[in-house]
Amino acid sequence: MNLAYRDIKHNLLRFILTNFGLSLLLGIVIVITGVYGGLIDDALRQARAANADLWVVEAGTNGPFAESSRIPGDTRELVSRVYGVERAGAVTYQSVQTELNGKPLRLFLIGFEPGRPGGPRKLVAGREILRSQYEMVVDGSAHLALGQEVPLGTHGHKFTVVGLMRKEVTSSGDPVGYITLRDAQALQFELAPPAERREAARGGSPETSNQINAVIAKVSPYVPIKEVATALARWKHLTTLTQAQQETLLSKFVIEKARNQQRLIMVLLIIVSAVIIALIVYTLTMDKVRSIATLKFVGAPDRTIIGLIVQQALSMGIFGYFLGLALVLIFQPYFPRRLVLDPASVATVFVITIVVCLAASTLGIRLALKIDPAEALAGAG
Amino acid sequence: MAEPDRKAVVRVEHLFKHFGKGTARVDALSDINMEVYPGQVVGLMGPSGSGKTTLLNCIACILEPSSGRLTLDGEVVYDDHWLKADLRRLRLDKVGFIFQFPNLLPFLNGTDNVAVVLDLAGFSSSAARAHAVELLNYLDVGHRKHAMPAQLSGGEAQRVAIARALANRPRIILADEPTAPLDSQRGRIVMDLLRRIAVDQSAAIIVVTHDEMILDRFDHIFRLRDGRLEDGAAAVGG
Repeated sequence: MNLAYRDIKHNLLRFILTNFGLSLLLGIVIVITGVYGGLIDDALRQARAANADLWVVEAGTNGPFAESSRIPGDTRELVSRVYGVERAGAVTYQSVQTELNGKPLRLFLIGFEPGRPGGPRKLVAGREILRSQYEMVVDGSAHLALGQEVPLGTHGHKFTVVGLMRKEVTSSGDPVGYITLRDAQALQFELAPPAERREAARGGSPETSNQINAVIAKVSPYVPIKEVATALARWKHLTTLTQAQQETLLSKFVIEKARNQQRLIMVLLIIVSAVIIALIVYTLTMDKVRSIATLKFVGAPDRTIIGLIVQQALSMGIFGYFLGLALVLIFQPYFPRRLVLDPASVATVFVITIVVCLAASTLGIRLALKIDPAEALAGAG
Repeated sequence: MAEPDRKAVVRVEHLFKHFGKGTARVDALSDINMEVYPGQVVGLMGPSGSGKTTLLNCIACILEPSSGRLTLDGEVVYDDHWLKADLRRLRLDKVGFIFQFPNLLPFLNGTDNVAVVLDLAGFSSSAARAHAVELLNYLDVGHRKHAMPAQLSGGEAQRVAIARALANRPRIILADEPTAPLDSQRGRIVMDLLRRIAVDQSAAIIVVTHDEMILDRFDHIFRLRDGRLEDGAAAVGG
C-alpha cells in the first residue's frame, strides 16, 4: 500500500497548489540554465558561423571578438597564397545602433566578401546578397521584414533587408546582420562628412578605409592546420588563431563574467529551492505527526515512515520539475533572449532537483523518526 | 464469561517504572504483578496520574520499564531489559491497540485503515483488503468500507479502529478508554463487541477506563493508585 500516494490523493488540491509554486521556482532554474546555454551558444555561434579553420588577426591581439583587431585589407590575398590555404575571406565586425520607426535598433554587423568564407549560413527567408552595395541579411529577432529599409552609418545610407536568418544573435542578445565587406568598411572606417571636411581643411591625408578585422582561412583537408598556422605565424605583423583557440577565447574569457553571474544565480536559486522544499516537507510531516505516531504504534518500521516522506518529497520535485519545464517550453518564444535547453543541461537540472528533494526530506525524516509512538495515546489519563 | 485457559497471555511480574533521578525521581509504577488469560476482558482503573497509561505503554512495549519481567503470549520480552530488538514487529505480531480516539489515518478509507496493518505484516494487497472487509463485516461496519474517516460517525470510526486492532489476530488487545468519546449506549455496544472478540479469538483484553457504567462488562478489575495495584499482589481474574 503506497501511503505517500494515498496522502497526496487525499490532499490533492493542496499538493497541486504547493507544487505549482514550486514549479515556478524550478522553472526559473530551468530558464537560467537555458539563458546560460544560450549565452555560450550565441557567443560560439558567431565564430562557428564563419566555418573557419584559422583566424588571422592583428599581431599581439586576441581579435576580433575578444579585442579589437585591425589589419590591412590586402591581408586576405597574402593569406590565400600560403600553401595549404584553400579559401580565405576578409571580415569586419561591428555593433551599430540606429533608429527605426522611432525605436532604437541594435545590430551586430558582419562585413564579408560574397562567395568567400565568412558569409551567412542558412537563410530561412529571402535570398543571399547579390548587389555589391546596401543589401543586408539579418536575424529574425531584429523584427525586420524582407524589403524593409534600414538607415545605417553616418552617411545615412539605407540598407534593404533581402534575407532572414534564425538564431543568429550575439552573446549579449543583439541580432546579427550581414552586409558586404565594402559597405561594412565604409560604415566602420569612413569619417562622417563634417569630420572629413575638417580633416581636409587641416591638410591631413584621407584615411584609407581598406582595413579589415580578420581573415578567415579554410585549410585543405590534405594539409595539417597546424602546419599552415606555423607558416602564417612567420609574419610578425599578424597573429594566427585556430578555430579551437577562438572558441576558447569566446567561451572562457569574453562571456566569463556573465557566465559566472548566471552560475551564481543558479546556485542561489537551487539553495532557495532546497530550503523551500525542506520547509514544505517539514510542514507536511508536522501535519501527519499523529498519523505517524499511530503507524509506529501499530508496528510500522522506520523504512515505511521514511518511504512515506521521501516519496512525497520526490513526487513534489518530479511534479514541480516537469510542470516548470512545461511552463518554460510554453513561454520560451516570449523570452527576451534565446534559451538553449539542451537535453544534457535539462537532465542535469532534473538530477539536481532529485538530489535537492532527497536532501531536503532529511529534515522531515528527522522529525518523523523523533515522533514518539505514545503520541497516538494523547488524551489517556 | 469465558473460562480462562490457565496459561496467561499477559504476565507482569514485579514491574517498576520511575522517571527522573535523585530528588526529581517519580515512581510511576511500583511492584506491579498481574496476569490476564485468554478470553478475559479486564479493566484497568484508577484516578488520573495513577499510572494506568504508563502500565499500558509498558505492556504495549512502547515504554521501557525500569525493572521487572514482562511475558507476552508465553514469550518473555522484558527481564530488566528488552529481550527483543524489534519491538515494533513484536507489537505488530502480538498486540492490537484500540486508542481513546479512533486515530484512523485520515488519508485511507475504512478498508485500507484496517488493511494497512496486514500490509505491514507482509500480506498481499488483495489478501489484506479481503480480510479487512471480512473484519468490517464482522463488526457490522462493512457498509462503510469505502468511507473516509471524516465521513464516519464516532461509533463507526471506533469500530473501524477495533477492526484495525484485530486485523493481525493478536492474542493481546489493549484498549485505552475506548468508550470515552461515545455515549453510554454505544459504549456498552463496544464493550460487548470486545467481549465477543475475546471469546472468538481467544484473546486477552485489557481496557483502561474511567467509565463506571461499564464495570459489569469486565471479568476482573485492576485498580491503580499512585502507581500501585490496590489489591497488592497478582490479581487473577476469572
